[in-house]
Amino acid sequence: MQRFTQLYLDLDRTNRTADKVRALSEYFASAPPEDAAWALYFLIGRKIKRAIKTGLLREFVAAETHLPGWLVDESYEAVGDLAETLALLLEPNSRPCSEPLHRLVSDRVLRLKGLPPDQQRRLVISTWHELSTPQRLVWHKLITGEFRVGVQRTLVARALAAVAGVAAPIIEHRLMGHWDPTAEDFRRLLTGESHVSDPGRPYPFYLAYPLDMPLEQLGDIALWQAEWKWDGIRAELLRRHGQVLVWSRGEELVTDRFPEVVEVGAALPDGTVLDGEVLAWRDDLPLPFAVLQRRIGRTRLDAGTLSEAPCVFMAYDLLELAGEDVRHRPLQWRRGELERLIAPLIDHAPVRLSPVVLAADWNHLAQLHNESRDRHVEGLMLKRLAAGYGVGRQRGDWWKWKSEPYSIDAVLIYAQRGHGRRASLYTDYTFGVWDGGTLVPIAKAYSGLSDAEIREVDAFVRAHTVERFGPVRVVEAKLVFELHFEGIQVSARHKAGIAVRFPRMANWRRDKPAEEADTLDTVRALLAAHAPAGSVAGFVQHE
Amino acid sequence: MSDLLLNTEKGLYCPAGGFYVDPWAPVDRAIVTHAHSDHAHFGSRRYLSSREGAELLRLRLGSEIDLQTLDYDEPLTIGGVRVSLHPAGHILGSSQVRLEQHGQVWVVSGDYKTAADPTCTPLEPVRCHTFVTESTFGLPIYRWPPAEHVLADVHAWWQENQRRKRTSVLFAYALGKAQRLLAGLDGSLGPILVHGAIERLLPAYRAAGIQLAACEHATAENSREHRGRALVLAPPSAMGSAWLRKFGALSPALASGWMQIRGARRRRAMDRGFVLSDHADWDGLLTTIAATGAQQVWVTHGHVGPMVRWLTEQGLDARAVATRFEGELDEVGGGVELDEPVGAG
Repeated sequence: MQRFTQLYLDLDRTNRTADKVRALSEYFASAPPEDAAWALYFLIGRKIKRAIKTGLLREFVAAETHLPGWLVDESYEAVGDLAETLALLLEPNSRPCSEPLHRLVSDRVLRLKGLPPDQQRRLVISTWHELSTPQRLVWHKLITGEFRVGVQRTLVARALAAVAGVAAPIIEHRLMGHWDPTAEDFRRLLTGESHVSDPGRPYPFYLAYPLDMPLEQLGDIALWQAEWKWDGIRAELLRRHGQVLVWSRGEELVTDRFPEVVEVGAALPDGTVLDGEVLAWRDDLPLPFAVLQRRIGRTRLDAGTLSEAPCVFMAYDLLELAGEDVRHRPLQWRRGELERLIAPLIDHAPVRLSPVVLAADWNHLAQLHNESRDRHVEGLMLKRLAAGYGVGRQRGDWWKWKSEPYSIDAVLIYAQRGHGRRASLYTDYTFGVWDGGTLVPIAKAYSGLSDAEIREVDAFVRAHTVERFGPVRVVEAKLVFELHFEGIQVSARHKAGIAVRFPRMANWRRDKPAEEADTLDTVRALLAAHAPAGSVAGFVQHE
Repeated sequence: MSDLLLNTEKGLYCPAGGFYVDPWAPVDRAIVTHAHSDHAHFGSRRYLSSREGAELLRLRLGSEIDLQTLDYDEPLTIGGVRVSLHPAGHILGSSQVRLEQHGQVWVVSGDYKTAADPTCTPLEPVRCHTFVTESTFGLPIYRWPPAEHVLADVHAWWQENQRRKRTSVLFAYALGKAQRLLAGLDGSLGPILVHGAIERLLPAYRAAGIQLAACEHATAENSREHRGRALVLAPPSAMGSAWLRKFGALSPALASGWMQIRGARRRRAMDRGFVLSDHADWDGLLTTIAATGAQQVWVTHGHVGPMVRWLTEQGLDARAVATRFEGELDEVGGGVELDEPVGAG
């Protein structure tokens, strides 16, 4: 536990990639495998579901520190992180506990979950007495299911690769498979033995880089394949050993969410893996993402849901053919094989081939790109025909070229404190547009401002609060921001009757007085001009 | 009996004496608790401060100000109000202001801390009926580790950076915190360089007989020469500035009470946050308030709401006093302790 706590502190103390990788590889090289397995499990973001109600933890800490509950809550609001708040409120202890990590997980995390509240209290309090202050912080993160430390999975893989003496993509691939946080599986991850036979293991997704230069710099258009950028759920479809599995980007198995995709998988020959997008689809057009989201949200899929949001699998790449990993082959080859596989199925199964967008030159492609919204897609993807299928997000061979965002000028009306890194600053904002003489909320946004701007807005919020509702401050209608967003939708759940997708602050319009911000009518006009067919009520804002 | 102090647009005002305490606008007569710019404002006709703090106040407000000084505990009667200043332990020369009339005693704390600090006279709690207290860190999450532990951590970080050939850049409020660090740093570990904003305040400290580690003003030459070995003290306003380039590869750290919270450190992309404050922590606030014996407590600056509620639940007559600086102070990591406050001219 102490070694892991020290790793947590070391990772927390630096923003340098090299320092992080060094700390990680030193840890993996020295920790006993039964501990390293759990450390890896947590570091790559796997979670043990919350082992205890957070309300109980607040109650226990109040009793233990003799502080009233409201003061515990005030403290939590100032810190923005319950695990840290608890650690700060308890009487400090600098003496570390020597219990190994795997014992802590089994005896004080997993066991905690099944206990009745009074026994939970005893276990929590005795653990507090045994752990040092930094150890408590880490333990709190584990039992609240909130363990996060600023390392990307690729860094963990790189560190592990250094220890195992193999290339990082190999470790990435091994991590994708099924493994348990045990000493044995950890050793296997390092040596690679017996992992080949895991039939459920997907390949890591290859991710596109946002296009950040003029098209001409990509060279001859003939070297590239353009496709529409679909606004659905990226998914890998596996057909192996007579079984069908569907993995999402979050490394989540979503097979049971999408029976249509299973149907597609069943029609494929054994030993096939496809990369593609699950889309809600009707009349040969994609339905809004919100429709798809309803499928994910439902715990049970009944006939109504299935017919309301029928799905297809939009295939765009081939990763395994006849049981062979073909990712190293050029896209041109993979595309040819993919077409051969999919074309005969299109009339029999809910599957589509992501069409290749043909353009004579870059200018022509740019014109087509302008039609993205009308085609209900997010823009274009550019893939180098000669390139293999990579791992993770890399510059060079795959680019995403998103369509221009929608833009409106809206007024800051409510503010709330942020969490984590932004704890106790007012960073969560609600914006309004004019409807007659009043401002109606149109969007919430958290991102897009620099740290200096955040501090300025924070100071404004504090100095210009008109009213408070719990943690929410109503502020004077003064500041105007240009908001960008990706989608717009009719919504019965939102006061304005409209919901926008991925809103963020693009510019602080200091030049613009609040009276000149946009009106609800302007926003409705955007909706009328672009909203895809099949808009539905009950749109859930996707963030 | 009417109140000795009123909370007005310009700050705390004593009608009987015709003076303000730490006004944030020009007035006829201002008693100033200490030289931080959220307490010492430009443009008043006459000032009164402690003798220990006079030099710093002149550095801040100009040598031409009309400044009267008092030793700690030395009484002065202004318009029938007996005024005296008492050490607050916040920075060199910081005072609490004691007011007495018709047997009623009021004390304005200014900023204060209970922890030991070799650069100033320690806090002396003063018995009173009404205590106007700061509450910058008025939540139980704020409990300071002993300063010697923090200094040991600073030294270890500095040595680790030397091994990795990185210059150690420690951001600290230029007035008070920087000197408190210089008084505790071990100059034998390597060269110490300081930013000009800190450098110009050092003569006042040396004149007051305070021992500081040897240091040099950071110039282009010595900065290059000591790259990878030096510890550089700089004000938070230098964060992210071009001034830092001359130090080559560096490890940034910040010394402040706000560093108690991880988010405040991570937001500023600091490698390390050293918890070192010139304000009282939760326990320090509570013991000081108790030691005054005051039944009426006015709370200002920082986490006012929780402190008022806590004191009320303890049976005291507590109330919040608005200040113009509440916003800045409440802002974790960007508060008065770190940066020059926005409102200070």
